[in-house]
Amino acid sequence: MSVRGKSRQCRLAITAALTALVGWGTQLRTWHWLVVAAAAAAVLPFLLGSGYAVGLAAEIGIYTIVALGLNLLMGYAGQVSLGQAAFVGIGAYTSAILTAKVGLSPWLSMVAGVTLSGLTAAVVGVPLLKLRGHYLAMGTLGFGVIMNILMVQWEDLTRGTVGIWGIPPLSIGGFAFDTDLRFYYVVAGAVILCMAMASNIINSRVGRAMRAVHGSEVAAGTSGVDTGRYKLQVFILSGAMAGLAGSLYAHHFRYIEPASFGFGHSIEFVVMVVIGGMASIWGAIFGAGAVTLIAEQVRRSLQYSPIIFGFVLVAIMIFMPWGLWRGGMDVLRRLGWARSRQRVSAR
Amino acid sequence: MRSPTRMLVVLTALLAGLVWAVGCGEQPAEQPGPQPVTGDPYVIGAMFAITGDASSLGIPEKETAEMLEQMINGDGGINGRPLKIVIEDTTGDNAEALKAARRLVEGNDVLLVVGPSRTGTTMAAVEYMEGAEVPLISCAAGIDIVEPAKKWIFKTPQTDRMAIEKIIEYMAGQNITRVASLSDSTGFGKSGLREIEKLMPAAGIRVVTKEEYGPKDTSMETQLTKIRGTNAQAVVCWGTPPGPAIVAKNLRQLGMDIPLICSHGVANETFLKIAGDAANDVVLPAGRLIVVDQIDADDPQRPVLEEYAQEFSKRYGKSADTFGGHAWDAVKLAALAMGQAGEDREAIRDAIESTTDFIGTGGVFNYSAEDHNGLTKDAFVMVKVVDGKWKLAR
Amino acid sequence: MNLPDAAQLLQYLISGLTLGSVYAMIALGFTLIHNATGIVNFAQGEFVAFGALIAISCSTTLGLPMPLAVLIAVAGVALLGAALERAAIRPARRASVITLIIITIGASIFLRGIAMWVWGSDALPMRYFSGDEPIGIGGASILPQHLWIVGIVLVTMAALWVLGEKTQVGKAMRACAVDRDAAQLVGIPASRMVMLSFALSGMLGGLAGAIVCPLAMGQWDMGITLGLKGFAAAILGGMGNPVGAVLGGVLLGILESLGAGFWSGLKNAIAFAVMLIVLLARPSGLLGARGRQ
Repeated sequence: MSVRGKSRQCRLAITAALTALVGWGTQLRTWHWLVVAAAAAAVLPFLLGSGYAVGLAAEIGIYTIVALGLNLLMGYAGQVSLGQAAFVGIGAYTSAILTAKVGLSPWLSMVAGVTLSGLTAAVVGVPLLKLRGHYLAMGTLGFGVIMNILMVQWEDLTRGTVGIWGIPPLSIGGFAFDTDLRFYYVVAGAVILCMAMASNIINSRVGRAMRAVHGSEVAAGTSGVDTGRYKLQVFILSGAMAGLAGSLYAHHFRYIEPASFGFGHSIEFVVMVVIGGMASIWGAIFGAGAVTLIAEQVRRSLQYSPIIFGFVLVAIMIFMPWGLWRGGMDVLRRLGWARSRQRVSAR
Repeated sequence: MRSPTRMLVVLTALLAGLVWAVGCGEQPAEQPGPQPVTGDPYVIGAMFAITGDASSLGIPEKETAEMLEQMINGDGGINGRPLKIVIEDTTGDNAEALKAARRLVEGNDVLLVVGPSRTGTTMAAVEYMEGAEVPLISCAAGIDIVEPAKKWIFKTPQTDRMAIEKIIEYMAGQNITRVASLSDSTGFGKSGLREIEKLMPAAGIRVVTKEEYGPKDTSMETQLTKIRGTNAQAVVCWGTPPGPAIVAKNLRQLGMDIPLICSHGVANETFLKIAGDAANDVVLPAGRLIVVDQIDADDPQRPVLEEYAQEFSKRYGKSADTFGGHAWDAVKLAALAMGQAGEDREAIRDAIESTTDFIGTGGVFNYSAEDHNGLTKDAFVMVKVVDGKWKLAR
Repeated sequence: MNLPDAAQLLQYLISGLTLGSVYAMIALGFTLIHNATGIVNFAQGEFVAFGALIAISCSTTLGLPMPLAVLIAVAGVALLGAALERAAIRPARRASVITLIIITIGASIFLRGIAMWVWGSDALPMRYFSGDEPIGIGGASILPQHLWIVGIVLVTMAALWVLGEKTQVGKAMRACAVDRDAAQLVGIPASRMVMLSFALSGMLGGLAGAIVCPLAMGQWDMGITLGLKGFAAAILGGMGNPVGAVLGGVLLGILESLGAGFWSGLKNAIAFAVMLIVLLARPSGLLGARGRQ
């Protein structure tokens, strides 16, 4: 069967599954939802059929983890980061160097990658989070650019633009996650875990404090919320999640090079968050999925693909300014398929 | 036009019209020729950086592949059956390149894959192609692609190492013993720099300073000013246009009269066009394509080069370039191998590996189990720009 | 490590100043749109690319005289800016700032695609405005084009100052920047001011592209790097402050040039690192209003 027919079938399946989920899920609480999502994730590969589509789903899962961390930062703590690809890079390089060059276990390397990117986030977060709004955007962007240059120039460590190959697959006691299907389940597990963690945080005291910080930092500050600490915690969490995604990226693509972690990719993650919908853990999955699948679809038009991709991006933002998640829910609500909810302005 | 919806409808209509117009324009004019061949086609895949920052490489490669598909089919096809090339865009991105390879192999069941354009995107696909046991003929320069030789991976462009060896040979003739290196920070520039650092000192040439610039930089005055402060006798600039053209212009501006030696990456019309007068006296190693009118009449490459140059400019109204030439060699090599081996991938691979005396645009290829590039430094000639034209330097 | 001598240092500074002038002009474009809407226009770099490419087409392909080519480029990009506001920003004007920013990102991808389709993927040449004989200044040498760039940037800044301080439109624009609702109450058509800011910002971007392309060539994706540098300059100087934008641009250009003289492989890292240090010392940029975002 042609890729075209197959991928259309995949998309239909994804759409059907997600629509069913949305209609049903709005009646449920977040953690019920997660169980449903886990079940959906478990059966998804069988609906997708081809190895390619399952691999694509795994890739979307990896981006979802980055978008999820960034969504917490942007949607709940109201801070933007244009340097997220750098954290992904730190995770990926840690995994790649420790497994391919040092020969350490992939799982230990992954722990190291997450730790190192979280630590880096802590170290740069302390000074950078003093900046606000566009200044923070620039600060994180600058950090990302510097990190990317280091990846290119520090050749003894990163092999520079030659890149690192021969990254082994993840494995447990001789069982290697070396096929699309096996690796997909690792990623799906990581995504569900991160989503559960995120939803826990959002509904906790920390989450309420975070939302207060987003609403008004001054008001939150005067009412006794330690805004700086919460912002930093979320920043570290988002950095660590990006690092986790980076480790998975390295094991998925098995070859990394600095170009994969540049400024353009940082922008792409922000686009995913906003397209999906901020302040929603489901927005991350929608954003990562939509951006990847749209890109996949328009690629067929070869040199005209950027024109179409840019146009679609603008159109989505004009018609669904709060993102696909909220926009989709609004449509369902209008159709009477979901219970109504008070509409909140995103401002 | 108050309502955003209406605005959008209009815009959509405009865009649709535009895409339609483009789609119409895109249809290549069918060349009248022999009856098209019929039967089950040989399907091969091609992936190039058609969009993204390497698209000045990828687009001529894609155009060449499309042209060859038509030429081969107009010429009776392969073993009497047509050739079909499925083209994918890598966007110059590693993840996208791997996915493009998978779409070709898993979705289109191609017999082999031609491309990609960049070394990084090639390396991203290498492990997969090896696992899938599908031959890949890369159009990228990096030496890591074929060193060590990997069972299913081949390439057609000359490597940086051959270019530097050729330059060293040239320098020996010019008594140049101290050079300054100025390379761009992409994979191409970095790979050139590594070979310069390795080969030049071994040949008794001292690299007095190593400077870098970004591929999109607008001025290299500072780096050149620094080089002016050294005792370098020549500048070796490793990059693809527009960078080296700006270097050539800056060199003039700063009144520096030491020779500028560039890489084979500038061996295309674009460089001459954008560097203008400043291109004069630039020396570079290049494939014979750009000096096809000056090489010996009995040079084995001459008929191939003339055919490519004529067909390409006839079809696209612009001059053929070296990057497109790499795709020409790759597709021709693939067609040759399929002509011998039929539809068995393993047999095709063996056929490529045992290809000798294959005359391409990049040189005369002699593949072997150890050498999956098949070229030597003699694939290059030294070329000098005189009065805005390429001149063979003898 | 050799220290640069005086002549070298002078050359670094002059190169940096020229580069910085271009950054300043791009940063001013960011500033205008930011003041009118609060957003960072990620398509600003594409304004620059279109300015360069249109100027090149007019001058090289159509053979028009240079001043006319530049004029057409500036006018064309101003129209493009206005059209962008009408087609993409206005329909979403009630959306949040971040949504609008994503729209400009989408627009920049769209415009880059158009540029590659129209002008192809190769770099295109442009001749100097006048003469290619280098001029020597105390051991450093520059081209007449460098003088053109610095001169045009100075004139543009003066014109912008006059526009902002002395004309009704300029005052109205500034009023909108300070408080949009209040401005609307006193009868200033705020939405028209937003469109005007996009048009003006397009003019600045287009002009920046037209004056820099004789040195840097024109290419469909040249806007990515230049836009990034312009944004950095605007932030460094203090987002929203036109004088700050100019200061930031010049400073960034010089930093980059000196950085390249020190260690060229790390020049951008050096420039960004210094910028981060400045920002940490002054979180609202060099001349930015304190406490304002």
